[in-house]
Amino acid sequence: MTAILRKELADYFTSIRFIILFAMMLGVSAVGLWAASQGIRNTNLPEGFIFLGLFTTPGIPLFGSLPVLIALIVPLIGIALGFDAINSERTGGTLSRVLSQPIYRDSVINGKFLAGIVTLSIMVGTMILLISGYGLRMIGVPPTAEEIIRLFMYLVLTIIYGAFWMALAILFSVVLRRIASSLLISLGIWLFFSIFILLVAQAIANAFIPTVDATQAELVRNGELAQMITRTSPIVLYQEATRGLLTPVVVGSLGMLTMSQVAYMIPNPLSLGQSILLIWPHLTSLISLSLICFAASYVVFMRQEIRAT
Amino acid sequence: MSEEFAIETEGLTKRYDGVTVVDHLNLHVKDNEVFGLLGPNGAGKTTTILMLLGLTEPSEGTARVCGYNPTREPIQVKRLIGYLPEKVGFYENLTARENLKFIAELNGVAYGEIGRRVDEVLEMVGLTEAEVMENASAARQREKTVGKYSRGMKQRLGIADVLIKKPKVVVLDEPTSGLDPKGINQLLDLIAELPGMGTTVVLSSHQLYQVQRVCHNIGILSKGKMVIEGSIDQLGREAMAGGRFSIEVETVEPNEALIKTVQTIKGVGDVQVEENRLLISTDTDLRAEISKAVVQMDFPLIQMKIQEFSLDDIYMKYFKEN
Repeated sequence: MTAILRKELADYFTSIRFIILFAMMLGVSAVGLWAASQGIRNTNLPEGFIFLGLFTTPGIPLFGSLPVLIALIVPLIGIALGFDAINSERTGGTLSRVLSQPIYRDSVINGKFLAGIVTLSIMVGTMILLISGYGLRMIGVPPTAEEIIRLFMYLVLTIIYGAFWMALAILFSVVLRRIASSLLISLGIWLFFSIFILLVAQAIANAFIPTVDATQAELVRNGELAQMITRTSPIVLYQEATRGLLTPVVVGSLGMLTMSQVAYMIPNPLSLGQSILLIWPHLTSLISLSLICFAASYVVFMRQEIRAT
Repeated sequence: MSEEFAIETEGLTKRYDGVTVVDHLNLHVKDNEVFGLLGPNGAGKTTTILMLLGLTEPSEGTARVCGYNPTREPIQVKRLIGYLPEKVGFYENLTARENLKFIAELNGVAYGEIGRRVDEVLEMVGLTEAEVMENASAARQREKTVGKYSRGMKQRLGIADVLIKKPKVVVLDEPTSGLDPKGINQLLDLIAELPGMGTTVVLSSHQLYQVQRVCHNIGILSKGKMVIEGSIDQLGREAMAGGRFSIEVETVEPNEALIKTVQTIKGVGDVQVEENRLLISTDTDLRAEISKAVVQMDFPLIQMKIQEFSLDDIYMKYFKEN
C-alpha cells in the first residue's frame, strides 16, 4: 500500500489541479486576513481571545469571515481530490492492470483515501499556519495556550470536514463510470447543502408551523424546526462547530435565542471543555458521515468486477 | 490436481443475470507451452481470463493456476500470473520507467533490483533508448511520458509490464493489435521464447495466422463452451480429412503401374491422378515410403508435400457447423 500511497501523493503534488487548489487556498487566507485587518480594531474582543479574532472578524460584508469562506472552499478541495479517484483509472485501463498485481484490492482505495487526506491536511495546515504567522506580525498579540488548542481543534475539524467531501466524491467515482457524472453529482450535492437546504428548511418549517399570525412560542418552534432540518447539511454542522470553537463569546448556545434573551446575555466566554462539549455531536456526526461514505465506496469497490474495457 | 498443468479448470461457469457467459468450461494448459484461446467475439474468452486472475468470481466450478485457487488465494495467483488486457492503460503523465517501477514495487521487487529489472524488460520488448527519450532537444535529455507514445509502443510497454514480475504464466489478450508487421514478428518471436524460460503463455487472439505460428495447443470457445482442444495438426486432420493424411506427389506422366505400386504400400488408401500430380490419402505419414517407390519405378520426383492445415480452415469449419 505504501507504493500506491507514494504514487498517489506524487500524482497530487505534481498535478495542475493541486497548484490551482493551493493558489485558491492562499487567496482565501489572504482575503480573510485582509478582512480581519479591516475589522479587528472595531470589534470588542474579550481578554484571551484576541488572536482568534484574526480568524473570525468579518471585515467585508460580501465575503463574510474566514470560516465561512473556508466552509465553502474545503468541500471543493475535497471533491477535486476525490471525484475521479477510481473511475479515471477505470477508463484509463490502469485499474485492471494494477489489480492484476499481487496486492489486496482495498489497498488501492485505502491508498487513494490516505493520500487525499495527507494532501488536504497539508493545504489546511499551511493555510492556518500562514494566517497565524502573518496575523501575529500584524496585531502583535501572541496566542494563548487555549487559543492554540482551539485552533488545532479547528484544523482537525476542517480536515474531517474535507475528508467527508472527499469520501463522498470517491463514493461517486466508484459507483459511476463517467468522470463527468461523478463530478457533477458531487458538486450538485455541495450546492444543495450549502444554499438550497436553507430555503428548503424554511419552506418545510413554514408548512408545518405557519408564521402568519403566530405567537412568539410558535415562531421559536418554527425557527428551531428549520434549524434542525438545516443540520442535516454537513456544511451547517461544520459552520456551527466552527462557531463553537472559534467564537466562544458569541455562542452561549447554538440554539434559538429571542431578542429579549440576547439583551440579557453576558459576554462571558465558554471554557474550552464546554465548547468541546457543545460541538461534540457535530464532530461525531461529521466523522460518522465520512466513515459511512468511505465504507460504502469500500464495499461497492470490493464487489465490483473489473473489466479491461 | 496434477502438477503438470499450469492452468486447469473444472466446470467453470459464469452467469450474469441468468445469462450464461461461460458454461462448464474444462480448460487444460500444460506447463511451458503456448496455448491459443480462440473464439468469436462474446464467446467468453475475457470472462474466463478474469476468472483465472481472480478479478471476478465464478458462479460455479473451480479454476487452478499453478495449483492455487484464484478465488480463494488471489494474491498467490497474481504473484505468478501476468495479464495484458486487450486495452492496456498506463499512467499517461508518467514515463515508461516510472510506470514499470510502480508495478515492480507493487510486486515487491527488491528496491535495489528494480532499475536493473526495468532495463532488462525494456530491452526484451525492444523499446530502445531512442524511443523512450524525448527527442525535442538533444541538450536536455528527458524521458517521454507514456501519453506521447504511439499505440505500438504502448503495446510493447504492456508486454514489458507483464514480464517485469517474472511470471510463471502469462495471459495475453490480443497482444498484437496495433503493432506494425515488424513489431508483430518481434513479439511473436518473444512469445515463442517464453516457454524456454519457464513461462506458460495463454494467447487470446483473432489473428489465426499468428496463433498458428506460435501456439502448441489451441482451444476454441463458442458460447462459453470449449468446442475443441488440442494441437493444430491433430485438430486439422480430424476436422478436414477425417483424421487422415493427404500427400501430394508431382511427377511426369504417371501411369497405372505407378499408381498400383503406390497403392500396395501399407496404409495407403485412395489414390487420385490430376495431370502430373498424385493425390494420396494415407493413415500415417508415409512420405518416405512413397518417395522411395516413385524413384524405384524410375519416375522423377519433382515435388512432394503433405497437406498442412491452416487454423483458418479449422476455425471456419467449426463455425460453419454451428
